Amino acid sequence: MAKVKVLVAKPGLDGHDRGAKVIARALRDAGFEVIYTGIRLTPEQIAEAALQDDANVVALSLLSGAHNTLFPKVVELLNEKGMKDVLVIGGGVIPDSDVPGLKAAGIKEIFTPGTPTSAIVDYINANVK
Amino acid sequence: MNIVEELLNHSRLALSKAITAVENEYDDAVKIMTEIYPNTGNAYVVGITGAPGTGKSTLTDKLAKEYRKRCKTIGIVAIDPTSPYSGGAILGDRIRMMDLTADEGIFVRSMATRGSLGGLSQKAGDVVKLMDAYGMDIIIVETVGVGQSEVDIVKTADTTMVVVIPGMGDDIQAIKAGILEIGDLFTINKADREGTDKLNIEIEMMLELNPEHVAWRPPINRTVASNGEGIEAVVDSIEAHRAYLIESGKLSDIRKARIKNEVTAMLNERVNRYIDKNVVSTEKFEQIVLKLQTRELEPYSVVDDIAGKVLK
Amino acid sequence: MAFENIKAGFDKYTADVEAKLAKTPERVNIAANRLYTPLDLGEGFDYTEKLGFPGEYPYTRGVQPTMYRGRFWTMRMYAGFSTAEESNKRYRYLLANGGSGLSCAFDLPTQIGYDSTDAMAEGEVGKVGVAIDSLADMEILFDQIPLDKVSTSMTINAPASVLLAMYIAVAEKQGITPDKLRGTIQNDILKEYAARGTYIFPPTPSMRLITDIFEYCSKNVPQWNTISISGYHIREAGSTASQEIAFTIADGIAYVEAAIKAGMDVDAFAGRLSFFWNAHNNVLEEVAKFRASRRIWAKVMKERFGAKKPKSQMLRVHSQTAGSMLTAQQPNNNIVRVALQTAAAVMGGTQSLHTNSKDEALALPTEESVAIALRTQQIVAYESGLADTVDPLGGSYYVEALTDKIEAEAWDYIKKIDELGGAPEAIAKGYIQKEIQDSAYKWQMEIEKNERIIVGVNKFQQEEEAPKNLLRVDTSVGRQQADKVNKLKASRDNAKVKAALAALEAGCASDTNLMPLILDAVRAYATEGEICGVMRKVFGEYQPHTSL
Repeated sequence: MAKVKVLVAKPGLDGHDRGAKVIARALRDAGFEVIYTGIRLTPEQIAEAALQDDANVVALSLLSGAHNTLFPKVVELLNEKGMKDVLVIGGGVIPDSDVPGLKAAGIKEIFTPGTPTSAIVDYINANVK
Repeated sequence: MNIVEELLNHSRLALSKAITAVENEYDDAVKIMTEIYPNTGNAYVVGITGAPGTGKSTLTDKLAKEYRKRCKTIGIVAIDPTSPYSGGAILGDRIRMMDLTADEGIFVRSMATRGSLGGLSQKAGDVVKLMDAYGMDIIIVETVGVGQSEVDIVKTADTTMVVVIPGMGDDIQAIKAGILEIGDLFTINKADREGTDKLNIEIEMMLELNPEHVAWRPPINRTVASNGEGIEAVVDSIEAHRAYLIESGKLSDIRKARIKNEVTAMLNERVNRYIDKNVVSTEKFEQIVLKLQTRELEPYSVVDDIAGKVLK
Repeated sequence: MAFENIKAGFDKYTADVEAKLAKTPERVNIAANRLYTPLDLGEGFDYTEKLGFPGEYPYTRGVQPTMYRGRFWTMRMYAGFSTAEESNKRYRYLLANGGSGLSCAFDLPTQIGYDSTDAMAEGEVGKVGVAIDSLADMEILFDQIPLDKVSTSMTINAPASVLLAMYIAVAEKQGITPDKLRGTIQNDILKEYAARGTYIFPPTPSMRLITDIFEYCSKNVPQWNTISISGYHIREAGSTASQEIAFTIADGIAYVEAAIKAGMDVDAFAGRLSFFWNAHNNVLEEVAKFRASRRIWAKVMKERFGAKKPKSQMLRVHSQTAGSMLTAQQPNNNIVRVALQTAAAVMGGTQSLHTNSKDEALALPTEESVAIALRTQQIVAYESGLADTVDPLGGSYYVEALTDKIEAEAWDYIKKIDELGGAPEAIAKGYIQKEIQDSAYKWQMEIEKNERIIVGVNKFQQEEEAPKNLLRVDTSVGRQQADKVNKLKASRDNAKVKAALAALEAGCASDTNLMPLILDAVRAYATEGEICGVMRKVFGEYQPHTSL
C-alpha cells in the first residue's frame, strides 16, 4: 500500500506560515502523508529530511523574496543525495518573471497566491512519481 | 544498485528506500528483510509512548542528543496516526527534530499508522531491524500511547518509557488504561509545572500496587525537555534498565519471546492468506456456505475436512 | 412604549419578508442579520456607559476629543529594502511627498539577530526590508533626516533593544537628546511566537528585555512608544476580527503584568503602550472591532490593573491594511480594496495608518505604487468626508450591535486564556496558534467552496498578462552588505567591542537593565549579530510549538 508523502517546508528566515499550514492540512485531507517541518530551515535540513522520510514531493513556501537563492539550492542538494525523483514544487510571493528560472533549476511548478489547494492536490496526483 | 549491500555500507539513501519498500509492501521487501536479518540483533530498542501533548518528540530529540554525546548512533521511528476520514496524515514529530538532520549519526523516519494497526507493529519492527542492520546503536520508537495497538508497537522495545505531564486532569486514568504495565520507566515531562509532585506520588502509588515490580522498580524521572533539564538522568535510567535486563538474563528472554511472537504473527498471516486465497475465495467454498445456510451441512465437519486437507 | 412599537413593527416586517422569501430569496452565507434596529441594542442601552464621549472613558468613540478635525492620522508608510542607502532615499521621497512619519522595515536577518555575513542570512539580505548590521548602517539610514522632527516606527521585535539603541546613538551623533525622540518599536514578542515567527530567545528573557525597555524609556526616552502590541500579524495568519483583538489584548495583559512584576507602577509605563490593528476587508466589522478594542482595553486597564491616568486607559492604535487580502490576480483591484480598508481604519479611529501597495502580492512595492497607496489615504482624508466628524458610525444600530458582539466574543477568549494561565502559557500550549490555524483553514475552504468570493480569484477571473515593472532587489546586496560588515570589523576598535560585549554578557546573567549595556556595545560599533549572539549564548533560543 503506497501513499504519497509530501514534505512541506519553509526555507529561509520568513515566518509567514499561514499558507504552508493551510496547504499541509489540505494535503492531509486529500489523503497524502504530510511531513510538516516548520519555519526557518536551511536547504540542507530540508533535503536531508526529505531523504530520511523518502518524500515523493517537497513543497517549499517562501514569502520573503529569497526563493531564487534557496529553492534551487534544495533541488541541488536533493540531487546530490540521490533523491532525483522527488517532485519539488514551490509557492509564495513569486513574480512571474522568476518562474522560468526556477523551473530551469528543477522546481517543477510554482503556485502563487490565490491558487486553490485543490489545484495543488491535482498537480501532485498528476505528476508524482 | 543492490539496496541491501548499500544499506550495510551505510548508505542513508538505501536505508530510506529499504524502509519505504517495507512500508509500502513492495515486492522486494521480503527479500531485503531476508538478506539483512543476519545483521540484526545488535541495536538496543527504546520505546517511548504517552498521550498527545506530553512532549514526546521534544524529549526524543533531547535523548538522541544525549546519546550522541555518549558516542552512540541513533535511529528514530516516529509514528503518527493516520486520519480515519481521509487516509492522510500529518507527521509532525520531525519538526521538533530538525536540527538532528545535520548529524550523520542520527536517522529519523516518520511513519503513519495507515489504519492497519495490526500490521503496523510488524512493519515498525521491520523498520527497527533495517536501522539495526544499518548499524544504529540505539533505536527509539516513538508513538502516541492512546490504544492497545500503539502499546503493541512499543512492546517491540527492550526498554519502554511512558511520558506523562502534570495538569492534564485525567493523566492517571490514561496510565491506568493499560500503559502502566508496560512502563519500565516513567518520565514526568514539563516538570516545572504545577502538579508535578502530586503526579509523582500518584505514579508511585500505582507502582506499589503492581506485584511484578520486585526486581526492577520503574524509576520516575522529571524533565523539562524544552530546555534540556533532566535528560541525562533519563538516559542513565534507560541504561540502568538495560544493565538490569542483561545481568538478570531477562534481555535474552524478552528477545526470545519477541522473536517467537513475530514468527507466530508471520505464520498466522501466511496461513490466513493461504486460506483466504485457496479456500475462502473459491467457488466451492461459496457452495459449502449455501449448504451450511440451508442446514444441509454443519460447520464442524466442514472445518475438520478442510483443515485436514490444508494442514496435511 | 416606543420599544414595544418597534418590536411589533419588526415582527410584522420579518413576517412580511419571510413570506416572500420563496419568491425573492436572499443570498446565502451572510453573517450579518437582515436588519438592525434599536431592539439589537436592548431597551437598557446606556449611552454613557457603552460609548461615552470622545477622549473619555471607555473611549469607544475615540481617544481624542476632536479626532481628525484637528489633525489627520499619521500617514505612515512602512518601507525599507536593500541597503541603508536605498532605503534612505525612499524615506526622503516619502517625507517629501507628504508622509508624516517613517516606518522602517528591516530584513529578516536583522529581525532575527543575524549579521549579513551569517550563513542563516543566505538569500535573505535586504529582501523584505533594509539590512542593518551596525550603527554604521543606521547612520546612513537616517542621513539628512532630523530625528527630532520625525516620528519613526520600527518593526523590530526580538532585537528591539538593539535597534532602539542604534536609533538613540544616531540621534546623539545628530546632537539630539533621547528625550526629543518620538516613535515606536514593535517589541511584541508574544505575537512572534503565536503568529509571525521572528523570535530569537525563549519567553522569560524576552519578557525581561521588554520590561527593561519600558523602564529605560520611561526615564530616558519618555516620548517613545515602547511597544506596539500587534494584532496585525495574528489577523494576517488567519484569525477572525474577534480573535485578533482578543489574543492581542491578552498579550497586552501579559506585558502589563510583567512590568508590574518587575516593580513598575502601571501609570509610569502604560501610557506608552500602543496597539497595531489590521484593517481588513469587511468595513463595518472592522470599524466595530476598533471600537470594541478600545472599550475592552479601557476596562482592562482601569478595572484589572487600577490604572488611573486616562492615557494609561486609552488604546492608541496604528493600523495597516490587510496584506493577505491583496490578490496577485488583477492587481489594480487592490487599490480599491486598500481604499475600503483605509475607510474602515479611519472610521474606526486609528491614530496612524500604513496603506499597502497594489503589487505587494507579487513583490515589494515600486515607488509608483507606494505613491498611489499614500494618495489613497490623502483622498480619504481630504475628499471623502469620513474624517469630518468624530466616530461617524457611532449610533448605527448595526455597528453598535457588532461592536457589542465582537466585544463579547473577545472577552470569552480573554477569559479562556486567563484560565489557561495567561497568553504566554496559552501560546506554550499551542492554544492560540491552533485557534488561528483553524480560522485560516476555514477561510481558505470557504473560498474553495465558493462560499466566500474574492473578486478575480474565484469569481470574475480574467486572462491577464504578467505584470511588469516589479521592484527587484539586486542580488548583490548580500555581498555588498557582507563586505561592509567585514570592513567595519577590520577598522573599528575591537578591544572596545570585546569589552562592551563582555559587559553585556555579564549583564545578561544578572538582573541589571540591559539597555545601557546594549547602547555601549552599539556605540562601539558591535554588530547586531554579535550583540544578539551574546544574548543567544546566555538566554538560549526559543523552540516553537507547532501542531496542525
